[in-house]
Amino acid sequence: MKTKQPIDAFARDLPPEIRESVYVGSKAKYDKRLDSLTQSFAAPDDIRKLAGQIKQHTLENLPEYLGSAIEKLEGNGAKVHYAKTGDDANQIILDIMRSVNATKLIKSKSMVSEEIHLNKFLEKNGCESIESDLGEFIVQLDDDMPSHIVTPIVHKNRKQIANTFEKAGLGDYNDDPQTITRRARSFLRNKYIEAEVGLTGGNFVSAETGRIALVTNEGNARFCISANKTHIALIGIEKVVPRDKDLAVLLNLLARSATGQQLTVYTQFINGPKSEAQPDGPENMHVIFLDNERSNILGSEFKEILRCIRCGACLNVCPIYRQSSGHAYRAVYPGPVGAVLSPLLAGKRYPEYADLPKASSLCGACNEVCPVDIPLPELLLRHRNKAKREGIKKASAGTPSMAGWSVLCSTPAMWKTSLRAGKAMDYISLNLIPVPAVQAWAKERSLPPFRGGKFRKWFKDRQKNK
Amino acid sequence: MNKSEFFKPIEDAVNLIPDSKRTPLPDWDLETIRTTQMPSDTDRDALWDAFKTRFDLVHGKCTEGRADLLSLLKEESVTAGYVAPELKADLKPWLQQSGIEIHTSLDDSQIDTYEFGITRAAGVIAETGTIILKDQSTSSRLGALSPWIHIAVLPDDAPIYPTLFDAMNDLGNDPYIVFATGPSKTADVEGILIEGVHGPGIQICSRMKSRH
Ligand code: SF4
Repeated sequence: MKTKQPIDAFARDLPPEIRESVYVGSKAKYDKRLDSLTQSFAAPDDIRKLAGQIKQHTLENLPEYLGSAIEKLEGNGAKVHYAKTGDDANQIILDIMRSVNATKLIKSKSMVSEEIHLNKFLEKNGCESIESDLGEFIVQLDDDMPSHIVTPIVHKNRKQIANTFEKAGLGDYNDDPQTITRRARSFLRNKYIEAEVGLTGGNFVSAETGRIALVTNEGNARFCISANKTHIALIGIEKVVPRDKDLAVLLNLLARSATGQQLTVYTQFINGPKSEAQPDGPENMHVIFLDNERSNILGSEFKEILRCIRCGACLNVCPIYRQSSGHAYRAVYPGPVGAVLSPLLAGKRYPEYADLPKASSLCGACNEVCPVDIPLPELLLRHRNKAKREGIKKASAGTPSMAGWSVLCSTPAMWKTSLRAGKAMDYISLNLIPVPAVQAWAKERSLPPFRGGKFRKWFKDRQKNK
Repeated sequence: MNKSEFFKPIEDAVNLIPDSKRTPLPDWDLETIRTTQMPSDTDRDALWDAFKTRFDLVHGKCTEGRADLLSLLKEESVTAGYVAPELKADLKPWLQQSGIEIHTSLDDSQIDTYEFGITRAAGVIAETGTIILKDQSTSSRLGALSPWIHIAVLPDDAPIYPTLFDAMNDLGNDPYIVFATGPSKTADVEGILIEGVHGPGIQICSRMKSRH
């Protein structure tokens, strides 16, 4: 089938086993999410709305809240850095590593570090940067890209992983998930101990105390700040919330929305270097706040997307994501959130991603599951509008022109004729129409019998009988 | 980049929002986020029972008193482990009598020699089945993390918070706090649950009477 939209082409060519893995994985997470929310809360929607308001309020007052978080962190002995761009952030990390004569870094899962392509940058500069989240570790061994925000290897099966491990010298071929996990455990333990620097992201930062909340199920982020002396937290500016107590709302929603857990196994709260009596953990703590287009987004008609807490629920529910997988979105953030965010984070390269907002049926499911109530369909429409306004060609690839329709609608005589012609459609196969979009549509569906013109006839008869 | 340069575009962006369109900070309390898992009885024993139920659901194990803990360790056939120095007086003699080798300091180049780690819990949360570890009361971050079995000892004087909300409101000013809700786990490979990824594969909470 010929198709002009890149995402459609990707979905068309997706190997069936990947489509199956993505579908099964998404569906399972979606079901668990629903169960865990409805079993816990009388009115889960009210809590989503509350969380949305908390985040929206913080964004609208970001200078005060971010300023307060920074003040607290500095007061507790952390060093705060400011990165306008991804390149700035990479350079700051390298400088910190050099300042402590470090060449080895171990990192926990961080979408922001993916966004700035940190691993590649450090490797180019002679440093080792190892992913410690099991999924991300496998992605790194394969030189692949994560295909989901929460479950990065949802597109891989155990056989592929076993092959990867064998190639990487982590034992003979064995595709038992438990064996795979144990092998990663023992390999990465040494890496934690060897690394001089541990890098983490941050899920939330409390303006009240500077506390960074960080969640993981595997315990890798705990290791990243226990076995070395320098900790770097790389955090987008939008992660701030006003008070510690607000974390209770967001933590209650994050795990349920992401994996259907009541709470993620490990929730860590870090607000400075280790305490004096503690033998393990970082003596130096660096916090890098990253802008990377976020302040532009904040000043735009898309600011609500900055509420996102990266739970992945909108991916799991999205019919387009389920059919096409995360890689179809060609960027770090896939699914509905990615369709809104990726074109914006691309900065000057916006036109390259301007087609993504079309990768949606606008069914509204993403908004319904979003724990911070982001109006994703509305933002996708605003994007389509923006692309149209700016005349971005890629955004209209595959869209039939509306020019003919507009002439038709505004010329009564033509309209009447076409209604008559419409009847002919009952007898002509759509496959004969040489427009790829029509043929693609008709492959799976058939048109109902044409019923146009009835109103005009009824109206005419009524006038006559008056 | 300096702070004011960094803040300038953020301030400019926020200044575009008219006052009338600003979202107020919502006012909310425990009732707003009430879950069906919140315990209704706040007596300490009732809270412990509520904690046990939730902890069990996340595959944690609870023990009460020394004999109970010892039999669990025996079941796991442990031979050597780490015990936090502040628990040494209480625990070391009887563990050693049972033939278990005890270390009260941790050599991080040998982390795999410690099959278990026993450290203090700063408290637990009944609603979620969560153990709270704090830097100031957990003797060694690695001692609570790297061994296959972690035992968090909950002394009499440590709080059992009814809800997550209560615990969040009492974090204090410790630089590092961990909420541990069950053993370390992953479902990265085909969605299959595997416990014991980087952290403990067995997470125990042991309620003990303090001697002093
Ligand atoms: S947009 Fe909403 S549903 Fe999607 S990842 Fe972000 S928080 Fe989750």
